[in-house]
Amino acid sequence: MAIFLTKDSKIIVQGMTGSEGRKHTQRMLDAGSQVVGGVTPGKAGQTVDFNGAALPVFGSVAGSMAATGADVSVVFVPPRFAKAAVGEAIDAGIGLVVVITEGIPVHDTVGFCAQASNPARTRVVGPNCPGVISPGSSNAGIIPADITGPGRIGLVSKSGTLTYQMMFELRDIGFSTCVGIGGDPVIGTTHIDALQAFEEDPDTAAVVMIGEIGGDAEERAADYIKANITKPVVGYIAGFTAPEGKTMGHAGAIVSGSAGTAEAKKDALEAAGVAVGKTPSDTAKLMRKIIKSLA
Amino acid sequence: MDLYEYQARDLFGAHGVPVLPGRVVTTSEQARAAAAELGGRVVVKAQVKTGGRGKAGGVQLADTPQETQRRAAAILGMDIKGHTVHSVLVTPACDIAQEYYLSFVLDRTRRAFLAMASVQGGMEIEEVAATAPEALAKVPVDPVVGVDARKAAEIVHTAGFPAEVAEAVADAALRLWDVFVAEDATLVEVNPLIRDTQGAIIALDGKVTLDDNAGFRHPDHAELADSVGQDPLEAMAKARNLNYVKLDGQVGIIGNGAGLVMSTLDVVAYAGRAHGGMKPANFLDIGGGANAQVMADGLDIIFGDPDVRSVFVNVFGGITACDQVATGIVQALDLLGRDTSRGEAAGKPLVVRLDGNNVAEGRRILAQAAHPLITMVDTMDAAADKAAELAALTCAKGA
Repeated sequence: MAIFLTKDSKIIVQGMTGSEGRKHTQRMLDAGSQVVGGVTPGKAGQTVDFNGAALPVFGSVAGSMAATGADVSVVFVPPRFAKAAVGEAIDAGIGLVVVITEGIPVHDTVGFCAQASNPARTRVVGPNCPGVISPGSSNAGIIPADITGPGRIGLVSKSGTLTYQMMFELRDIGFSTCVGIGGDPVIGTTHIDALQAFEEDPDTAAVVMIGEIGGDAEERAADYIKANITKPVVGYIAGFTAPEGKTMGHAGAIVSGSAGTAEAKKDALEAAGVAVGKTPSDTAKLMRKIIKSLA
Repeated sequence: MDLYEYQARDLFGAHGVPVLPGRVVTTSEQARAAAAELGGRVVVKAQVKTGGRGKAGGVQLADTPQETQRRAAAILGMDIKGHTVHSVLVTPACDIAQEYYLSFVLDRTRRAFLAMASVQGGMEIEEVAATAPEALAKVPVDPVVGVDARKAAEIVHTAGFPAEVAEAVADAALRLWDVFVAEDATLVEVNPLIRDTQGAIIALDGKVTLDDNAGFRHPDHAELADSVGQDPLEAMAKARNLNYVKLDGQVGIIGNGAGLVMSTLDVVAYAGRAHGGMKPANFLDIGGGANAQVMADGLDIIFGDPDVRSVFVNVFGGITACDQVATGIVQALDLLGRDTSRGEAAGKPLVVRLDGNNVAEGRRILAQAAHPLITMVDTMDAAADKAAELAALTCAKGA
């Protein structure tokens, strides 16, 4: 097992006919994911060739689901079309939407998150995220599939490259699922959602949680861990040296006044019994120790 | 993007939020003319993107155009919490009977919006929230429904506005919500919202933060961007579409991915403790496609920072292959090295750490290039230590 994404997941790609969509569809297929088609309004009936395999293009998410049984969508459409694309996937009742697109206006994200959760019908991961990978089973997004294989660690992270770095540091142990939740101020799936799923997943023995400055998601995750998580969790927080009031690359990575600092997040996690690494490799060392003690 | 008060006032006015007339000027002579045009007593207000203007002397009353000129001369050029005053807003003085507070903000935690209102306005709202939290009403706004007449009435009622202003404040709230949604703002704040002695409700000061991601549907927002007072290196990076933030250390940083670069800054600061307190000089994320030109653009900006003593290039090849990154670094140094107008600027030592996709080939390319400025180190922690050490050495030589 794994969380959110398994070998049986059937994936459609919204924006598959664009250059990014096409490139990453090929990579997902190479990783063994069941990509069953794409959605591009106005291009229904066309096919796209991937190393000899022709994938159908549908005009709507609902149409693609009816034809293929797809239950996951990965969204690569440009920011100005993202709200409509995600909204359409939610309306069609798909189970999981992974929104890779960076630069979506936050009012749009708030809109589709509200649509997905009221009533609760679709899990949204992202936006501005690298996606979800269950190594060896399926890959929905842009996380490189060749860094590591299946294993017992779960990973949830706001940052893409730190996800890759951590997968690399612990590549000999392997991961059940890695979830890149994204660096925007408002995101669908949170650290807490992933932690809860990892707690319930029999194949996950321990969890690495990577956070960064901005907002209070890590502090809330710390409270949640204290009350609900029995599996060992190690943490890493980026942004101790970030100045106040400056956006550090990710739209959500900003310290406002005294709120959202790395120090506060680290303190909250440590108070909840989470060991927090000083550097990514130090964090990997902490996890290695835990896995050894579980063996 | 945070706006100046006068820009916020313009947006408020355009959406029907009641505001005072006024003129934005950059010289004391213009201030005098503005006062003469407005007539009567005026207020001269420093335009800076920070709070506490009043306490710093950045807001002054003037009875005559001559006095306005003197006041403006005193305020222009003033430093308020590190912000230099480049312009002032001249508005008619008004007789305040009561000061209130009203705002809409993005609520990251609840993935929704929040209305905040108080009948105790005027001071910084953080202060109200800390000293008299019961005086600050917080009313959640459903993003699907938004603020309608009923929600506006709820906000006014919850905050306890007196009956005689309830209708006018509710109307202002509806119009302020229109600013929030129509302009893609993440914050619209009126503080103070006042009742004058005639009973009119007026937005006397405003703060607006616009969502940079929404620029594509607001081409008019581009001209609100600040060209004055921006760090020259940050301006140069922006022109080249690079994500750069200037910091005050000595180790220049280039990496791929916002999280990894933030982490790199921390690791360098941590390693720097053992090397005379060397610190990161900047944040620079070159993103996924680190080709030679992007690398050259990045290095060019960092070499242009006189505070930089060494550079740490930290790349994890996820989608990008390390051989492309390595080629990019070598070509970038060639490009910059040939530019003789730069003098010694291109001579800063570079510590490179590569890992991930096709790392063996990337390291081979760097080794073969054997560039005198490049030191290769295999791990991020050790590379940070080396970069801090080299920065400290160069600092010592320069001293």
